Amino acid sequence: MNVNLSRRRFIKGVIASSAAAASSAAWYSAAADDRPAGTVERLVVLNVNGRKRPVDVLPQETLAFTLRYKLGLTGTKLGCNRGECGACTVLVDDINHYACSMLTHSVRGRAVTTVEGLQDASGALHPVQQAFIDELAPQCGYCTPGQIMSAVALLRENSEPTRQEVREALSGNLCRCGAYDHYLNAVMTASKRMRARGQIT
Amino acid sequence: MSYLHIGKNFTPPDIHGKVTGKARYAEDYSVDGMVYARLYTSPMPHARVVEIDADEALAMEGVFGILTAEDVYPTEAPAPTLLTNEPVYVGDPIFAIAAIDEKTAEDALKKVRVKLEPLPFSVDPVTSLKPDGPSARLEGNIYPREMRSLHWSAEDVERFVTGREPTGPAPSEWSYGDLEAGFDNAALILEESFVTTGYAHMSMEPRSVLSYWQNGRCHVHGSTQSQSFVVPFLARMLGIEQKDLVFVAEYCGGGFGSKISAYPVLAIPGYFSKKLGRPVMLRITREEEYYVGSARVGFQGWIKAGFTREGRVSAVDLYIVQDLGSQQAGGDASSAGGAISILYQPDAMRLRDVPVLTNTTPRGPQRGPGQNQIAAIFEPMMDKAARELGLDPVAIRRLNAPDSSATLNANQGPVTSAYMKEALDRGAELFGWSERIKKSGQRNGSKVTGIGVGQGYHSAGANGFDGLVRITPDGRIHLHSGVGNLGTYSYAATTRAAAEALKCNWENCIVHHGSTEENLPWSSYQAGSNTTFTHTRANYVAAEDAIRKMKLIAAQVLGGTPDQYDIADERVFDIGNAARSLTYGEVAAKAVELGGEFSGETWPEDIHEVTQRAVQGIAGTGLIGVAKDNLPVRGTVPGLTVGFIEIELDLETGKHEIVDFLAVAECGTVLHPLGLAGQLRGGAVWGFGMAGLERHVYDPQNGLPANVGYYQTRPPTYLDIPAHMEWSAVDIADPDNPVGSRGVGEPAMGSATAALMCALSDALGGHLFNRTPVTPDVVVNHVSGQGQSHGPLATNTF
Repeated sequence: MNVNLSRRRFIKGVIASSAAAASSAAWYSAAADDRPAGTVERLVVLNVNGRKRPVDVLPQETLAFTLRYKLGLTGTKLGCNRGECGACTVLVDDINHYACSMLTHSVRGRAVTTVEGLQDASGALHPVQQAFIDELAPQCGYCTPGQIMSAVALLRENSEPTRQEVREALSGNLCRCGAYDHYLNAVMTASKRMRARGQIT
Repeated sequence: MSYLHIGKNFTPPDIHGKVTGKARYAEDYSVDGMVYARLYTSPMPHARVVEIDADEALAMEGVFGILTAEDVYPTEAPAPTLLTNEPVYVGDPIFAIAAIDEKTAEDALKKVRVKLEPLPFSVDPVTSLKPDGPSARLEGNIYPREMRSLHWSAEDVERFVTGREPTGPAPSEWSYGDLEAGFDNAALILEESFVTTGYAHMSMEPRSVLSYWQNGRCHVHGSTQSQSFVVPFLARMLGIEQKDLVFVAEYCGGGFGSKISAYPVLAIPGYFSKKLGRPVMLRITREEEYYVGSARVGFQGWIKAGFTREGRVSAVDLYIVQDLGSQQAGGDASSAGGAISILYQPDAMRLRDVPVLTNTTPRGPQRGPGQNQIAAIFEPMMDKAARELGLDPVAIRRLNAPDSSATLNANQGPVTSAYMKEALDRGAELFGWSERIKKSGQRNGSKVTGIGVGQGYHSAGANGFDGLVRITPDGRIHLHSGVGNLGTYSYAATTRAAAEALKCNWENCIVHHGSTEENLPWSSYQAGSNTTFTHTRANYVAAEDAIRKMKLIAAQVLGGTPDQYDIADERVFDIGNAARSLTYGEVAAKAVELGGEFSGETWPEDIHEVTQRAVQGIAGTGLIGVAKDNLPVRGTVPGLTVGFIEIELDLETGKHEIVDFLAVAECGTVLHPLGLAGQLRGGAVWGFGMAGLERHVYDPQNGLPANVGYYQTRPPTYLDIPAHMEWSAVDIADPDNPVGSRGVGEPAMGSATAALMCALSDALGGHLFNRTPVTPDVVVNHVSGQGQSHGPLATNTF
């Protein structure tokens, strides 16, 4: 951290950059205590969706908490908050992870991508997002961001997966509506389109 | 019939938010000054609260207050309580604490000294029915629409659990026809006892709620299946007038019957917010969702069914003990009887029902409540009858299947239309049934093939709700939908009936939904598979009202009489001289100028007060079409489905794999093909869960639930479904709907659960488990000739 940047100025910057972030109460909770000796640095800069996001992070804070309640990225859903359902799936260095089960401090220096970071600079949808619309894949939509992130991670690793491989790759993402078949259709469609456009090889 | 919008796919306006993360569910909202509530939930299955000493907790820094049962809407047993001094299940909310953040609130809960006096409890209905059995509530142990006590003799209990014809008194009963004659005429009589587990809804979105007060109005951001339907009930629960409630439920992360209307948790932050003068967010955890999120009613029962030599069902005698959980529920048993009455058209039938309360999680309607439990049990019995009578499983169903002359329920009332034979025929052809059935019992190593067919039914339509459309001077058509957004897209699909009647481009339509501030009409509950039928009607009559008004205005502006005019291409034109016309925008501008009924300054007398407020909210902004659905309806609206399945059952592990599945819908004209496909496939996934996976376990000694996580309850995952799921639809118009459509979301599950149960039985040479779920351990126990680990007719044990 820049030694000329005072703690007060840093926190002001954090507040300004987190205008969409959750309530002042959550902020109070995060900022209330000074760091006890021997614990991790709390004032960190995260790389989220290609942007630098300064944020004050508690030692025990999960990535899902930071994203939702401090950075205002509520597309990452909490279905169980204990690694059972996959609704909070995000990419960390292009690999899908449950954000509810990762400490935010563990992603310092790594690239975090959430569902909000998939559209390109012009606002065009990622091919996986577009395929999810075209196949009417979501029902209630609550698990959808997690399904999309797992699908994006899969297609980066395997541009031409079989349906069986998609099933296995997404099996950590529950859908209570039972929209699985439509999600599978959408991932297969996205894979086909992305290969046709040379977006993946 | 050729349609512009009906039967066509479209992009629902809310789906973009679902794939970009912009969709905001209740817990995604935050407001300045928001504080956080946490619930103190009962550690005992039944207790009396003797004392709550919160002094130490309330003195903590950052703690704002406590909310107890004395602060909230009072209810009478066994109605659901917001907070209670007599908790009736483990997890029942007793009080709430609000603090600056959740951790502080949680720490404060630990500082509250709570004295509880344990009370008797029961987690199995039959235990409660024993001569000296414990009662789930102080007021009694059964709820046949009133609280009473019922205990059987020891002999009654013994007969029931050993599967003999029940002799225990049943407080509810209905029947039709001559039951004795029906059994006398039978060439084959089957008797089976059964258990179906009542497992949790477990919607992906826990029912978190945010509330705050502004200008004397209570704002609630909640998660509900319905939108307008919730308003009167939530207002009453909050003790406020409907006009003082702002209710936002733009997205709902799953409900499946557990979020139909106003549920208790929805009102807690409203009360707390008023008490504290601060916005209150109540986040519900996954574990809490298993407590307050509702579960299906469980069945323990007995069936006797008579069949003629030809395979006609001549009589059915059905006896069901319902596990209602700890609060007001029921209706599943009667619905189960109703499903049998329509699907097999028995000449005579009787239902006896013992609705018993237990100290387990509250129950409520869950996707096909009653119909789907009995589908899992009765359809394999149809296969058993077919085997014994030498008939094909599809043929015996076809012989009994309902057509448009079918009757149902105790009153043997009519249906609007039904084409189940056509559904069976279509499915048998697409699935290649006659060839496929030859694979039945084929061995491949330790695996054996099972083939199954199953049928599902649910009533699928209501009437009498309101529609509201508006055309603004810019020519846009505003479709106001009071329908909730439960994930079926019916909130938007049903408005296309109005677009169809108005002959307008979908691109010019704006669907308003998701908040009372959007001025939404009175709408039905988004449950009971009813929205498609009910709200295509309501939207259609609203559009008809708009068209009537447009013709009146055209005649006034251009001369002549209204019946000289028609509509096309978003214009009102003179039939004799199409050049004499007004655009929709011009007519709307004229409507604003004319006022009165044209612009919503007045409205029909028979519309609901929710709709009246909506009309007042948009009056003067355009031409208003508003009407109550008074169209005729000649009977029960049936939603019917058939499922066909092929499985491989591994006799060594007890696990099955679904090789192939086909669903066929009989739901009138297809309204929205992709939406229908989603319901058929999603319903099937639910069916697979019920038949083979989903568990509900209570410790009988301490009343503790052992199912408060996904890994314990086991909802289906990607790996539990086949790689492809096919679907089709009969697509014959229902005469009582202006666009011919009926709903189908619930039977889609029943037919799949039935098909899988039948296939499991088929793979084992016709063995009937008569229990759901058939988990691998149950299969292995059977195959190895060991006894099952559960007691006879025991429930909440697996």
